Amino acid sequence: MHFADNVDHPALLGRPIVFLPGLALLFELLRWSNVGATAIGRGLTDMLALSGLSPSADNLVVAGVATAFVGFNLAVVMRLKLRWQVYIVWLELAVLLLVFFYSFNLSFDFIRRKIGFLLSQGLVMTLYISVVSIAIASVLALIGAMAKLSSNGVALGIANFYTSLFRGIPLLMQIYMIYLGLPQLGYVVNAVPAGIAALSLCYGAYMTEIFRAGIESIPKGQWEASRALGLKPGSTMLRIILPQAMRVIIPPTGNQFIAMLKDSSLVSVVGVWELMYLARTQGQTEFRHIEMMVTASMIYWLFSILLELIQARIERYYGRAHAR
Amino acid sequence: MAGRMRADGTGSLAMMRLRRGPARTSATPASGAPALDIRGLGKWFGAFKALDGVDLTVARGERLVICGPSGSGKSTLIRTVNALESFEEGEIHVDGIRLTREPKTVEAVRQRVGMVFQQFNLFPHLTVLENCALPLRLVRGLAAGEARERALHYLAKVRIPEQADKFASQLSGGQQQRVAIARAVAMEPDIMLFDEPTSALDPEMVKEVLDTMVQLAVEGMTMAVVTHEMGFARQVADRVIFMDHGKIIEQAPPAQFFSDPREERTRAFLQQVLRAD
Repeated sequence: MHFADNVDHPALLGRPIVFLPGLALLFELLRWSNVGATAIGRGLTDMLALSGLSPSADNLVVAGVATAFVGFNLAVVMRLKLRWQVYIVWLELAVLLLVFFYSFNLSFDFIRRKIGFLLSQGLVMTLYISVVSIAIASVLALIGAMAKLSSNGVALGIANFYTSLFRGIPLLMQIYMIYLGLPQLGYVVNAVPAGIAALSLCYGAYMTEIFRAGIESIPKGQWEASRALGLKPGSTMLRIILPQAMRVIIPPTGNQFIAMLKDSSLVSVVGVWELMYLARTQGQTEFRHIEMMVTASMIYWLFSILLELIQARIERYYGRAHAR
Repeated sequence: MAGRMRADGTGSLAMMRLRRGPARTSATPASGAPALDIRGLGKWFGAFKALDGVDLTVARGERLVICGPSGSGKSTLIRTVNALESFEEGEIHVDGIRLTREPKTVEAVRQRVGMVFQQFNLFPHLTVLENCALPLRLVRGLAAGEARERALHYLAKVRIPEQADKFASQLSGGQQQRVAIARAVAMEPDIMLFDEPTSALDPEMVKEVLDTMVQLAVEGMTMAVVTHEMGFARQVADRVIFMDHGKIIEQAPPAQFFSDPREERTRAFLQQVLRAD
């Protein structure tokens, strides 16, 4: 907790006078919305071997189970330590998500058959495009930020035009423009380099602004102290300013990396065999689109989680001087 | 005892800069020139004239205290000396080097001038030791081990060697300012500038910083100190300068400056600041 207000808020939901009517209301709402007839409801009654009763009995059972579930969270989970609360809620939501997918009646056999190719071709290509684009975008962003902070009007003009243009045009359009437009000039680019170029330029533009703001957030006194000690402008930037700016730059940059991972799916429009493209095309043969979409989504999510963890580590590293 | 710390083969601070002693033995371009020579200095902030025809010469080993009301141009004056501020009129010579806007002369001057700021300006992402050692490596070209050793030597001089591996945010204000002094002095400059070094400190920490500065003065460092600490001026200054509206109004040895100021404005100012003394 970053700011623990020194007030013991009475736990509103912990009071019987609040949560008992609340649960009753929830129960009635669920029953009224015919929850027993939904896919999840049917799955639940199947699991409890209570199916085949009257629809109103199904409603009663499913609403009862759901209400008990919420009641358990209020009565038990909210009394645990913060850490465990987070873990358990995560787990519960993950299970709910799985139940949601389960209700699609997925063919796991089909997924098992296709996942190897999805990973070996699709995921590898997605990661390749993302990693290369992120690297190039970071370099572009650093150059863009320097240009935006410089007193050189030409550099400033180019940087302003660049960020304005590439932040202002949809990424999909940039991919088309590079892939289909450059050949008009006589340069034929392949789909993968075109995709990487578009992603790098677009994310470089966003990250230029992040880097600029990060560098500007460092007080002038840091420049003065460094220059007064005799450090050259380049050393000052690399050794004094940037390492401090990283603390401000990392969180939004992590956001960009995660967004990039998923936006790399846009290059599927020019026929790159990355995760999204394969998910779409592999499902077509046997009309199993949902299977492939769900699988691809889960792969994207897993790698986003990985990026989140890496980001947390880096944040801790650059924040170490501020930990007390 | 500290001789081994010196990469350039000069003696320790104490041995080298005796009180009123001769200039340092290591060759500087114009060793006969005064440490600082300012002539006809003028600076504008837009339409406001911050410095107006300032003439000032600081001899080697001299300790100068600059005082004056806020906005009088005293901070601006010392910040022009190492080119943290530009100036439009006049000339500045540091160790005989004329300060222009060319990178070469600016770097040369900054290598000879150390500066301590009101807000300390320690590098928060580096430890105390790294704060002192990094400039030694990057500017003086010392190897990592040498830089570390010299940094520790100067941290010991300001009496905080045991905090070497902490970050600045873990130190008190007084300790931070002493680290800032060590960081600047470790570069072994010819002249030290102090820009209100105790103004941002809690009252109980002022003394430890002033003591460090007194020690530096006793060792013979050439110093120009912008401060309101009149006790410090009395104790160590060779000369006190009073500025107002960008001009030097009066300058005199402290005994005369405090007991018998000539100018009415000086007298009014001293009445204000000495009331608290």
